[in-house]
Amino acid sequence: MKISEELVREVILEVLQQMGATETAPGVRQEHAPPVQFRETGVAQSGTNRHEVVVAVTPSFGQTMTSTIIGIPHGDVLREVMAGIEEEGLQARLIKVNKTADVGFMAHEAAKLSGSGIGVGILSRGTTVIHQRDLAPLQNLELFSQSPLVELDTFRSIGRNAAKYAKGESPSPVPVRNDPMARPRYQGLAALLHNKEVQYVNPDQPSTAITVQL
Amino acid sequence: MAKRQKRFQVLADRPVNKDGFIKEWIEVGLVAMESPNDPKPGIRIEKGEVAELDGKQRQDFDLIDAFIADHYIDVSVAEEAMAIDSKEFARMLVHIDVPRSEIIRLSVGLTPAKILDVLKHMNVVELMMAMQKLRPRRTPSNQAHVTNLKDTPPLLAADAAEAAYRGFSELETTVGVGRYAPMNAISLLVGSQTGRPGVITQCAVEEALELTMGMRGLTAYAETVSVYGTEQVFIDGDDTPWSKAFLASAYASRGLKMRFTSGTGSEVQMGYAEGKSMLYLEIRCVMIAKGAGVQGLQNGSISVVGVPGAVPSGVRAMLAENVATVLVDLEVASGNDQTFTHSPIRNTARMLMQFLPGTDLIFSGYSSVPNYDNMFAGSTHDCDDYDDMLVLQRDLQVDASLRPVSEEDVIQIRNKGARALQVVFEELGLPAVTDEEVEAATYAHGSKEMPARDVPEDLRAIGQFMDRGGTGLDIVQALAKRGFPDVAEAVLEMLKQKVSGDYLHTSAIFDDDFKVLAAVNDPNDYQGPGTGYRLEGERWELLKDIPQAISPEDV
Repeated sequence: MKISEELVREVILEVLQQMGATETAPGVRQEHAPPVQFRETGVAQSGTNRHEVVVAVTPSFGQTMTSTIIGIPHGDVLREVMAGIEEEGLQARLIKVNKTADVGFMAHEAAKLSGSGIGVGILSRGTTVIHQRDLAPLQNLELFSQSPLVELDTFRSIGRNAAKYAKGESPSPVPVRNDPMARPRYQGLAALLHNKEVQYVNPDQPSTAITVQL
Repeated sequence: MAKRQKRFQVLADRPVNKDGFIKEWIEVGLVAMESPNDPKPGIRIEKGEVAELDGKQRQDFDLIDAFIADHYIDVSVAEEAMAIDSKEFARMLVHIDVPRSEIIRLSVGLTPAKILDVLKHMNVVELMMAMQKLRPRRTPSNQAHVTNLKDTPPLLAADAAEAAYRGFSELETTVGVGRYAPMNAISLLVGSQTGRPGVITQCAVEEALELTMGMRGLTAYAETVSVYGTEQVFIDGDDTPWSKAFLASAYASRGLKMRFTSGTGSEVQMGYAEGKSMLYLEIRCVMIAKGAGVQGLQNGSISVVGVPGAVPSGVRAMLAENVATVLVDLEVASGNDQTFTHSPIRNTARMLMQFLPGTDLIFSGYSSVPNYDNMFAGSTHDCDDYDDMLVLQRDLQVDASLRPVSEEDVIQIRNKGARALQVVFEELGLPAVTDEEVEAATYAHGSKEMPARDVPEDLRAIGQFMDRGGTGLDIVQALAKRGFPDVAEAVLEMLKQKVSGDYLHTSAIFDDDFKVLAAVNDPNDYQGPGTGYRLEGERWELLKDIPQAISPEDV
């Protein structure tokens, strides 16, 4: 199965044109972003720190895949989400969810382990959920379901809002974007990427605590 | 290439070349209708029980096999039905002398691999012929989406009023922000009953909340209860066929119409298709819906349309899955509800597959708002295509359930919908809908023209409404008290219908007088030319009379 590099490049360029503000997005044009340097520190534990937000990624994130569906390097994704959390005076804690690549369940797992009860789940292609411990797994606080529309600054806002929920505030949700043409352009590609993502899922393996060097 | 051929340069810029196409990847199931990993048809009945299904022994059944074997397959006809050659069965589907009732009698004896084998023999014209004969309700109908990017209530009410007035029999909303759901549901309920009493509404959100809203009378039906064709995808959603059946009975017990949703491509989209073809897995979903006892199914790939849409024969597969649904006597809400292509040519071709034969709900739904406001991520056709649809109905003498309207009437009905919601909000203590908002909603093309609302305040207020146990009856009271007796009466009637439950019959919709039109009292009797539903008489006079046509007297 091949997606030609030309198609991917073309797709990325088209999105960049539509976004307009790409000059502020470092590294966006990288098609082969470098892997993210993670350190694994054992099984992820439940936190008691009420000032933390747990951020969950998949086993492929930053490893076998290194950028989102529109080419944002995974290192930049994490830096923005964590910076957003820290801007609000809270701490980000990272985990790798091994047992599922369903972003709702990933985010819920993060929320359940989080001392504040707030978690964020991010798929390699960029699909993201902000979740709360007390909600049902398929509910959410905020859902960013169209991965081609999740941009670098969206990730910063996601981190910021997650932290605000953790502080007990009711922030205005990150403005929802909608592009009806994202599906015909990207959905086949998203299916390809997701099939690669789930090849690294292990239903029997608990989540792993990780730290990152950015 | 150093030098481009100019025609190829023009072709490269055509909308169709903005679509993503992928080559088949058999091992993971990125294939529409034919995978070497699909099982071979077969059944063995022992002691009144399915002992073997499509080559798999009972002890090896997964959750879905077991559910289908025990709750879908009718062992009293299975051997008879399975003995019919697949090509012969395919011919029976299109043969005008084989009545629908005979097909329906036998179809509950077929296995998933057998139905796949039957459908693989049929081209798209034959599949359309089968649809024309097999859809349960004689009269075709249509559903619309009503959403907007801002979740702004007055616009939802105005849009729902217009959509109901234009002829859709079902309206579906969803949310940008999840916690807005009950407010969107109320806006649709009030708007729809203003536009045309009897139009039923739903709000597609998380299942527990959706059921709660139905039980409170804020919605009248549900359709986004998803089922999947592989065990792993089911489990990933924390579900089983039995849990979905339980949810279905929760709706039924409260007198709410409901159908399941599935569609080709969802399993491979979620990464667990087991190398099977999309259509084979979808047929398993159809059988789960039938086995669970729901009255219908929404399919035609739906939100994963970009996946079958990207592989060969994918559009044919989407029609085939609609046919599989009516083949087992379920109402079909047949897709055409998600942006599928950049190409208007491709878009229309895909839609004609359901438009021409007619289905229970041709679109599920048609975007009654501009696609930028469509929070189902866009539909194939939107409000800007209304006149094209009206002309297509007139060109081909086909009824897609839309009627010509005048601008004056639409302005009036939109305004009334927004004003009705204004008084409801005031009575319920929800944040005010201002006169400025009513005016904007009346004349708006989309939410870009709507003033911003205080979102956290809306969310707080609607949360309180739900916490204090608010119901549809509160809305009836507000409307009655504040000068909208006709809308109050329609909303009350909608609540009363849940007590009688008549609209739980297969393919049920309401007419303007809340009379049910369903497979029971309007059964499809198509058996060739001169039979079945015909667009003629008064209805044809209405639909062909588009305002832009010049009459001989005027020139």
